[in-house]
Amino acid sequence: MTQLQPANVEQYKHLISERALTGETMLLNMGPQHPSTHGVLRLVLELDGEIVVNCIPDIGFLHTGIEKNMEAKTFQKAEVMTDRLDYMNTMGNNLAYVMAVEKLIDLDVPPRAQALRVILVELQRIASHLVLLGTWGLDLAAMSMFLYCFREREQILDIFELVSGQRMMTTYIRPGGVWRDVPVEFEKAVRDFIKIFPKRIDEYEKLLTKNPLFVDRMVGIGHLSKEMALSYGVTGSNLRASGVNWDLRKARPYMGYEQYDFDVPVLTEGDTYARYLVRIEEFRQSLRIIEQALDKLPMGPVRSDNRKFVPPPRSEIGVSMEALIHHFKLWTEGFHAPNASIYSAVESPRGELGVLIAGDGGPKPRRVHMRTPSFDNLAVVPELVKGHLVADLVAILASIDIVLGDIDR
Amino acid sequence: MDWTMWVEWIVKGFVLCLILLTGFAYLTWYERRALARIQVRVGPNRAGYQGLLQPIADAVKLIFKEELTPGHVYKVVFILAPVLTVVPSLVLAAVVPLGTSFNLFGREITLYVADVNVGILYLTSIASIAVYGIVLAGWSSNNKYAMLGGIRSSAQMISYELTLGLSFVTAIILGNSMNMIDIVNEQRGLWFVVIQPVGALIFWIATLAEVNRAPFDMPEAEQELTAGYHAEYSGMKFALFFMAEYQKMIVISMILATLFFGGYLGPFVDQVPLLGPVYLFAKVIILLFGMIWVRATWPRIRYDRLMSFGWKILLPLSLAIAFITATGILLADVLNNQLFFWSIPVVSIIALLVAVAFIYRDLRRKSHGRI
Repeated sequence: MTQLQPANVEQYKHLISERALTGETMLLNMGPQHPSTHGVLRLVLELDGEIVVNCIPDIGFLHTGIEKNMEAKTFQKAEVMTDRLDYMNTMGNNLAYVMAVEKLIDLDVPPRAQALRVILVELQRIASHLVLLGTWGLDLAAMSMFLYCFREREQILDIFELVSGQRMMTTYIRPGGVWRDVPVEFEKAVRDFIKIFPKRIDEYEKLLTKNPLFVDRMVGIGHLSKEMALSYGVTGSNLRASGVNWDLRKARPYMGYEQYDFDVPVLTEGDTYARYLVRIEEFRQSLRIIEQALDKLPMGPVRSDNRKFVPPPRSEIGVSMEALIHHFKLWTEGFHAPNASIYSAVESPRGELGVLIAGDGGPKPRRVHMRTPSFDNLAVVPELVKGHLVADLVAILASIDIVLGDIDR
Repeated sequence: MDWTMWVEWIVKGFVLCLILLTGFAYLTWYERRALARIQVRVGPNRAGYQGLLQPIADAVKLIFKEELTPGHVYKVVFILAPVLTVVPSLVLAAVVPLGTSFNLFGREITLYVADVNVGILYLTSIASIAVYGIVLAGWSSNNKYAMLGGIRSSAQMISYELTLGLSFVTAIILGNSMNMIDIVNEQRGLWFVVIQPVGALIFWIATLAEVNRAPFDMPEAEQELTAGYHAEYSGMKFALFFMAEYQKMIVISMILATLFFGGYLGPFVDQVPLLGPVYLFAKVIILLFGMIWVRATWPRIRYDRLMSFGWKILLPLSLAIAFITATGILLADVLNNQLFFWSIPVVSIIALLVAVAFIYRDLRRKSHGRI
């Protein structure tokens, strides 16, 4: 009988209790290959029976070096990497990065592009929440939820494919506007979705919201107090479920969010059930925003005509010498950004997604840093799971809505 | 006791095993297709017409798969555990009557393997053996997840065994016998589910827990314990656990159909005895669909809540049901008044509603009136 090498306890001795060293409690390695750690998160659990005494998240299994890679690319080309960051929120990542670049080089965005960005980002928010809800159901073994949610998500991804040619890695939102105008089918596709989706939300609610088994698993689990949420830097729906009314779309409006009429759902209970209810309400609010944006979608250009930063359309290249020069310069060298650093943030489905860009006067950023919401949200998980069962840990982890691509970057 | 009797027993036992083994294979197909329909998917439909050859393909794959025995397991128990799980699920069906008897070559052939006069006692005792297989599998795997799964399973099965036993008692009181055939014959006029719907429901819930099906699939609990007690098993050894679970689903549905849904009884079954198995089969398929439906829609109950549900709700309720049934029958007998007999379902449903009200009160208190 071969003997397995005992795990090296030395490296996390200071993180576990005395009882683990005497063998009174058990150390359990959960992940990185585990169905409910939502990717490649590793959790070292100290268990007393099935009660979690300590939980040590171990991240870095999905480290891709995106931030560092971006330093080697021009501002335009670096954008492609943001798609890979939080793969549930590609449009939102594009927007966060592009907004930072626009702020750095002081570039204006036409109103039509702004409205299109809002529609697409809100669709992305719904898609992201759908994945959350589906995997949440799956984590609690209500597995049909997963497939129902993915059915609707598919519709959103089809819209993305319609506008950008890609389902997930869209890179549709570009500095100065969007890549190209939306096709004529776009409006109908979005309207179809708006029409169908409220009924589907009601269906989800019928399946889960009042389901005694679901409520039993949710209520009072993973209580996150207002103070703890603020001190850990938790943002997004998790923060709003703990009673803090903080949504960047309302608090620091960008992309013309101030002209849309929508509510920010806030609950005070701060448990897993509250986080669920906030998400469900956010579906409805996102739909409201999309509907308003679509109703007053202005006509006009979808990209700034500042040729120093935005390449000219292909049709001009054949007839205009300047256009050809601009095109050549922008696609070989790229545009130059001032030697300054700026921070700009958007409300991603998971919370505040901030981008810090430092330019060095050249066409490449000196440093790009992402303030990703999942990272801070995960930090609070060990506090939430203490004293709960392993089964609750799964529910809490699902409710916090982490994406490992977002954490490890 | 002549030799033909031995032949008859062996043939019948063999046929029953074959029925269960094929039933298991096609139950997986049925479950996958039914789940797929519920979940707006297609399901396996490539191998053969409508995927009917899929179970065979799966079986071939599992048989030829490499038997991987990890180095850190306790080998003897590790190999014994799947056998201990699968055998009870096969022999369990021996006392379930599939139909009445018919004549073949001048011999009366009965459509059951064994006519045990304490059939129900046999069922309860055999059903409990399976828990050994699961506990030993969890223990011998020398894996923390498997161990947790094994412990959960033993606690769960032992707690629900009591409820299951008490639901058996209800059927025994109604059927006035412990013999399965007598119980079926008692239901000629009226299925017991009409007299005791709550008893049938409790039996069904307890069997879900007994066979580790959703929402009580604690020992497996894929999302928490990856695969629970069979985490270290692969190939045919894993298939044996799988087989045991699905065969138990079939057998337990057969028992439920026999005890509460009139077993093999149906129109013209006395004239054409071979219709008996067909009726039983149809009832089993409907009951199995219930299990699949539950799996498709309900979240899993948490482990500690499962235990308190078993001990605090289900056990008192099944005690009350057994008491109500016994009292109703006694009063109807002694006072010779059918009114008491018909008060059994009414009072039972009231008892069920009280239990449900308790659950909701608990939930409402826990959630501070949020639901």
